[in-house]
Amino acid sequence: MHSFGYRANALLTFAVTILALLCTIGSLSDNLNTPSPSAQIEILNINWFQKQPHGNDEVSLTLNITADLQSLFTWNTKQLFIFVAAEYETPKNALNQVSLWDAIIPAKEFAKFSIHTSNKYRFIDQGHSLRGKEFNLTLHWHVMPKTGKMFANKIVMSGYHLPEDYR
Amino acid sequence: MDWQGQKLSEHLMQILLLAFAVVAFATGYIMGSFQMMILIYAGGVVLTTLVTVPNWPFFNRHPLKWLDPSEAEKHPKPQLAVNSKKKSVKKN
Repeated sequence: MHSFGYRANALLTFAVTILALLCTIGSLSDNLNTPSPSAQIEILNINWFQKQPHGNDEVSLTLNITADLQSLFTWNTKQLFIFVAAEYETPKNALNQVSLWDAIIPAKEFAKFSIHTSNKYRFIDQGHSLRGKEFNLTLHWHVMPKTGKMFANKIVMSGYHLPEDYR
Repeated sequence: MDWQGQKLSEHLMQILLLAFAVVAFATGYIMGSFQMMILIYAGGVVLTTLVTVPNWPFFNRHPLKWLDPSEAEKHPKPQLAVNSKKKSVKKN
C-alpha cells in the first residue's frame, strides 16, 4: 500500500533523521573553532578581612575583571556561563575553590568586557588559614551550544596574596 | 499512484530532502546562523511534502494494462478439482 499516509510518514521519518544528522554535524563543527580567549583580573582593594565569630576567615575584595571571550562563540553557541573562583591550598585540602563572581554572556557582542565589582559571593574559608595566603583567581567558562556537546575550560591567574593581618 | 510513480515519489523525497539539508547546512555555516539552517531545512521539508505526498498526475503516467475480460476467458484459471478430490479422500 502506497497511500497518502504512508508517504507522509516516510517523509517525516526521513526528515527528522536528517535533522538529527544536521544537528550532530553542527555540534562536531564546533571542533573546527580554535578559541584564543584572554582574561585579566586585578584586585583593586581588599575591603575588609576578618575572622567571623565562629572562626571562619572572610575576605571582601574589589575586582576588575577584563576578558575577551569572543573567540569562544561559534554559530552553534547559545550562551556562555563564566565564573571567577579563588583557588588555594590548605593543609587539610589540596584544592579549595570559592566562587566569587559569575555571569551569563548571551551573545558575542557582550563577550568582550571590563567590569569593576566587589565579590558577588562571599569569600569564606572553612577555617582560618587565609592570612598571608597565596591564591589563584581562575576564570572558568562553560560554552552552552544550541545542540550537542558542551565545552568547558579555564584561565588560571596566579600570584595573588592576602594580607598577613585582619583588617 | 502507479508503480513507476511510487518509485519516483520515493526517490524524489530522498533526493530533495538530502539536497535541502546540504544547502541548509552550507548556508547556515557560512552565514554563521543556526536559525538560517533550520529555516531553510524546514522550508525544504514543506516543499518536499507538497511535491511527493499528494497524488499528482505526473505520478500516474504509467497505468497498469490489465487484460481484457475476453482475453482472460481464453486462458481460464486452473481448476481446483484435483485439490478438492484429495480433500474428499482424506475425509473418508
